Parts: sequence; structure tokens; C-alpha cells
Amino acid sequence: MTTAVDTKKLTMVQAVTDGMRVMMKEQENVIVLGEDVGQNGGVFRATDGLVAEFGDHRVIDTPLAESGIIGTSIGLAMNGFKPIAEMQFLGFIYPAFNQIMTHASRIRARTLGAFTVPMVIRAPFGAGVRAPEIHSDSVEALFTGMPGMKVVVPSNPYDAKGMLISAIEDPDPVLFLEPMRCYRSTKMDVPDGKYNVPLGKAARLQEGDDVTIFAYGAMIDVVTKAAKTAEEKGIKCDVIDLRTLYPLDKEMIAESVQKTGRAVIVHEAPGTGGLGETIMSLINDTSFLYMKAPVERVTGFDTPVPMFALEDHYLPSAERVVQAIEKVTQF
Amino acid sequence: MEKLFPKLQIINENGEWTDETYRGEITEELTKELYTKMLRSRLFDRKGVNLQRQGRIGTYVPFEGQEASQIGSALAMGEGDWMFPTYRDHAATMTFGHSLKTLFLYWKGRQEGCIPPEGKNIFPPAVPIASQLLHATGAAWAEKLKGTDRASIVYFGDGATSEGDFHEGLNFASVFNAPVVFFNQNNGFAISVPIEKQMKSKTIAQKAVAYEMEGVRLDGNDVFAVYFHTRTAVERARKGEGPTLIEAVTWRYGAHTTADDPSKYRNQDESATRRETTDPVLRLERFMKNENMWDEKWATELQESLTAEIEAAVKEMEETPAPHYNDVFDHVFAENPWPIESQKEAYAHSRGDR
Ligand SMILES: Cc1ncc(C[n+]2csc(CCOP(=O)(O)OP(=O)(O)O)c2C)c(N)n1
Repeated sequence: MTTAVDTKKLTMVQAVTDGMRVMMKEQENVIVLGEDVGQNGGVFRATDGLVAEFGDHRVIDTPLAESGIIGTSIGLAMNGFKPIAEMQFLGFIYPAFNQIMTHASRIRARTLGAFTVPMVIRAPFGAGVRAPEIHSDSVEALFTGMPGMKVVVPSNPYDAKGMLISAIEDPDPVLFLEPMRCYRSTKMDVPDGKYNVPLGKAARLQEGDDVTIFAYGAMIDVVTKAAKTAEEKGIKCDVIDLRTLYPLDKEMIAESVQKTGRAVIVHEAPGTGGLGETIMSLINDTSFLYMKAPVERVTGFDTPVPMFALEDHYLPSAERVVQAIEKVTQF
Repeated sequence: MEKLFPKLQIINENGEWTDETYRGEITEELTKELYTKMLRSRLFDRKGVNLQRQGRIGTYVPFEGQEASQIGSALAMGEGDWMFPTYRDHAATMTFGHSLKTLFLYWKGRQEGCIPPEGKNIFPPAVPIASQLLHATGAAWAEKLKGTDRASIVYFGDGATSEGDFHEGLNFASVFNAPVVFFNQNNGFAISVPIEKQMKSKTIAQKAVAYEMEGVRLDGNDVFAVYFHTRTAVERARKGEGPTLIEAVTWRYGAHTTADDPSKYRNQDESATRRETTDPVLRLERFMKNENMWDEKWATELQESLTAEIEAAVKEMEETPAPHYNDVFDHVFAENPWPIESQKEAYAHSRGDR
């Protein structure tokens, strides 16, 4: 039996708002807090309209203090609320690092489950929008390497809403990263009301037998272009959108590389300590004997993200991804 | 608290004396210098907003309305002192020695915009709110340890007082008696958040009490009040009498940044009305007229020469050759470690440059 579901054409940022709205309607204890999230509707308008709809006791402009926002959210979460805390940019999460690392991520473990922190931290991130300094940092690996945190990154409006709802329903802290470059890049049919896109599951965007490409967030657009160019050269790519960075979808990663025997991993975060290393170790653990070529990585450099006059050099480009695809196929 | 920390003023909105203590020092020469610097920064600021609109630079952070606060305070600092600005304090840094070209380059996304002028201790703009208060304290502490009489000045907004770094900065300066002036510009808003939501405190100056330091609240649109009271704080710092927290009450007319829409969160008519009432540049003009220091021809010529200077700086900025991608790699460490060197080589290779 199928039931017709109404949809709306939404951008990713609108889909994020819609995800919060759906959950705030359903659950009284879901609250939104952060800098400029109320009257202003967030600097990207991600919380637009929410204060009018739910009131300023549930959509809260906090003082300007990230440690304060996360620290109080931990207390709120332990005491019955489900805070959705907005960090204005991921590059400004650092003052809250202590709270996330020493408390949010380990209260369950410390108390053997007596206390838990069901909260979501939302943060726009990534380079490529000519933002001022620090605003472009892509430091997801600081959090994938943090025991006790889930880390997710949608790349399109549909996933954004469905994954945000899953993140809000998750019993543990989830860092929900929103690639700024994707905020308004496309509109997509997004179902009204509630639906889930599960955490921990990657998505295959394109089927191919020759090379697997792993990417997430804003890099999906880049690798999709690269895969198209590769196809014109007769190379068929399996394009995997990882979506959840912790825990990674081990099954899909293994299944894909066992089919192709070749992999290219793309992320804009620095190479050293990046997700690429984790994926390579997973490939090693699950599929070593299937591999026909060493895995290639196309990543940001081990440098701070440069100011925007140079950021295009820093960011992986479709050209660099195509070169990597050719390298693994010609090995 | 407003009684304990009254808003100090030397001239009022009409350009009339309200405190004549410094009358002897307020010469025509000083007045004209202040007026020139304020007008220069205002014209620069308007140019910045226009360049952004035309897509010739990136996001720009305007400060129009805050000229007296920034210029009065910067002028109170001396050679060899340290300045720690935010992203909004170009009027302060241009007064202390930054070239207009460098300032424009910063907003064009150029790393060169962070380089201090030869021989000047100007930090790059602090983007992470309140982080710079600790640097200013550290640099001032260093001067104390070295036995000099140099001081630091650090700029920050009302929103910054909520961050932990604000409190840590004040406490360290207090504990180590560091020669630093904490210069707060209270422009009433942190992006969209009004000060009443930011804090219950009625003033920012009163926060000094908790750290047993001098707290001063002043009219930040009165350039004389800013200049003389900051000078007093700097003198105290030089004499080893410790840090001061100054709250300059001011207003920004424009958006938080060119990416912001203030009509979302405040009454823009009210903001526009302030141009006729509390404006710092207009106030000085009124004062000069009252004191017979105003000369129409001088003012017109000044406007023309400043406009020409700013246009020349824009030209210099636009004629600056594009940066080379090696700049991404070559300044992270004194010497490139192998991972960076190999990434640099691979990148050059990918472009067919090597
Ligand atoms: C640590 C940190 N959090 C958030 C931001 C984003 N942000 C930039 S400016 C600003 C408001 C600052 O307000 P205030 O301190 O009053 O200074 P103003 O901008 O008004 O000069 C915010 C929240 C940031 N730059 N750094």
C-alpha cells in the first residue's frame, strides 16, 4: 500500500528548519538554542520562523558563549530536554571543545548509563563561500576521533531533514554538520512531516564497477562531476555518500571496494588525521586481498584553510579527483 | 550601577562643553587632527561597503558610527605599544599605522592583510570573539617582565563580555598587574542580540569591580572623552598601576557585516535618527563651529584629498598581483615538514606546474 505524501521543494537550509519544526511540534522538550537563532532566525536563516511559531522559551537567543551554550545544553539534556544547540560556524566550536570532550561525550559512560546527553549540535562548516577567516574550517575529524560522539554530514535537502530528525531522536549526542556550500545550491522534493534517514548508513549515489569514490558533504558535488568526466573516459564509478562519519557504514564500504578493487577518498579536511585514514584502515581490515591498486586520497592540506583569495587551491577540485581516478585505474 | 559608572563626556551632542578639565589641551590642531582621522575612516568605511556591493571585495565589516571610540582610543597609544583589534576596528588600526591598502587586502581575502606595518605591533583582527583579550594581557605582561613602560590596548564588543576568555583576560591582567587597556565598544548589539539579552548587568564597566580594577564608562561618540580618558588609563598602565576596563557607549549604523540584514532585529529608522543626533563626526563639526575652528574651504579640500587617498588605496589593492598557491603551504612552520612538502609537490604536479 502506498500513501501519497505531500512534498515541498526545499533548499538544504530550509529542510533543516523543517526538520526542527517537525520535531518541536511532536515533542515539547525539544528546544533550540544558540547565538542569533531567535528574532534573527540564525545567520543562515536556519531557524527562520521558529521563534514566532514556538515562542522564545523554546527558541532561545543565548549570550555569546559557545562553552556556555554546550555546557548548559548538557545540563538541560540530562534533565529532560532535547536541546538542539547551534554553533554559528564550526570554526567557533572550539571554546566548547572542553564541554563536548570531557562531558557531553562521556557522561553515559561515566555513569554506566544513569545519565545521558540526548542533544544535537548543529554547525555550518566548510570552505568555498568566500567567508572570512576561521569560518571555513572543516574539523570533523576532531569529533570522529572523540569517543562518545556521533558525527553526521548530509549533502542534500532530503537527507538533511531525515537525518536531523534521526539525530534529534538519537539517545546520544550527535554533531550535525551542515556544509555551507550546499545550503542553497539546489532545491529538492522534501516530504512534509516526519520521516527518518537512518544514521550510520551511507548512500550509493551512482553505481559503477571500476572505482569507488567516497565523499561527503560539499565534496559530493565535486566527485559527481569527476565521476561524469571519468565516465566519458570509460571509467565507471561507484559513488558513495558516507553521510555518517561516526560510525561509518562499514558494510557498504567493504561491499563497494570488494566489487571495484579501487578507491578514491575525497574530503576537504586536512589529509593527516582525516576520515580518509579511517576509511583506508577499514578497507585494509575488510578487503585487503580484493584491492587492485593502492587507495588514493584527495584532501585538503595539512595547513590552515587559507583566506579566500587562495581557498580554491586548498579545496579538492573535480580535476584533482579525476587524476586520482585515473591513477588508481592505471596502476 | 549607572550612578557608580556615569557616562563620562567632554562635549555633548550639540558640540558644547560639559567638562572643561581638558580645555587647555583641546587645541585647534588636535581637534582638526581628530576630525581628519574620523572623516578618513568614515570615507574608507563607506568605500568598503560599496566595494563589497560591487563584488570587488568579500564580506566587509562596517564600523560607521564607532569612529570616535576607535580613533580617540588609538590616538592615546604610543610608539611601541601593542594593539589587538577585532574584525570591526579598522579605524583604530589605520590610526595606529595600518595602510589603507593592507586593510582593503584583508577584506579581499588576502593573507597580506594580516601583516603588521613595519615596526608596529598590530595583531591581525581577532575573528574568534574575545580570544584577543588574553593575547593583549600576555603581550602587556611581557613588557612588564622586560621592564619597559609599554602597554597594550585590546578592542572587543559587548557580546564578547559573555565569553570565558573575556573573564580570563581581565583576571590574568588583574592578578599579574599587566599594563593593558581593555577597550570595550558597546554598540548595543552582538549581531542581532541586544545587550539586554546579553547580560543583566546595567553597565559593562562595572565588571571591572569583580577583578579589582579600574572601570570607566564613557560616551563613545565623544572623541575627546575617549581620547583623554583612554590616555589616563594608558598612563596608569605605564606607571605600573594596572589594567583598566573602559566601556565606550556607541552605535553602529550599518549591518553587522555586509552579509547581515539589521531590519530583521532592530528599528532602522531609530538608527537613522541617530545620524542627526549622536553622530560622532557631526558632533565634532558642531563643536568646531561653536569654537570658530570650522572652515568650509578646509573641510571641502579635506574631503577631496581623503577621497583621493582612498581611491589610490583601492587601486593599489586591485593592482596587487594575485597570490601564489605556495603561500598556502610555505608559512605554516618555519620549515615545511615532509607532509606539507609532499602535498605541495603533489598539488603543483596536479596543475602541471612541476
Ligand atoms: C567564538 C565566536 N563565536 C561566534 C562568532 C560569530 N560572531 C561574529 S561577530 C559576533 C557578534 C559579536 O558581537 P560583539 O562582541 O558585541 O561585537 P560587534 O560585532 O558588535 O562589534 C558573532 C556572534 C565568532 N566570530 N566567534
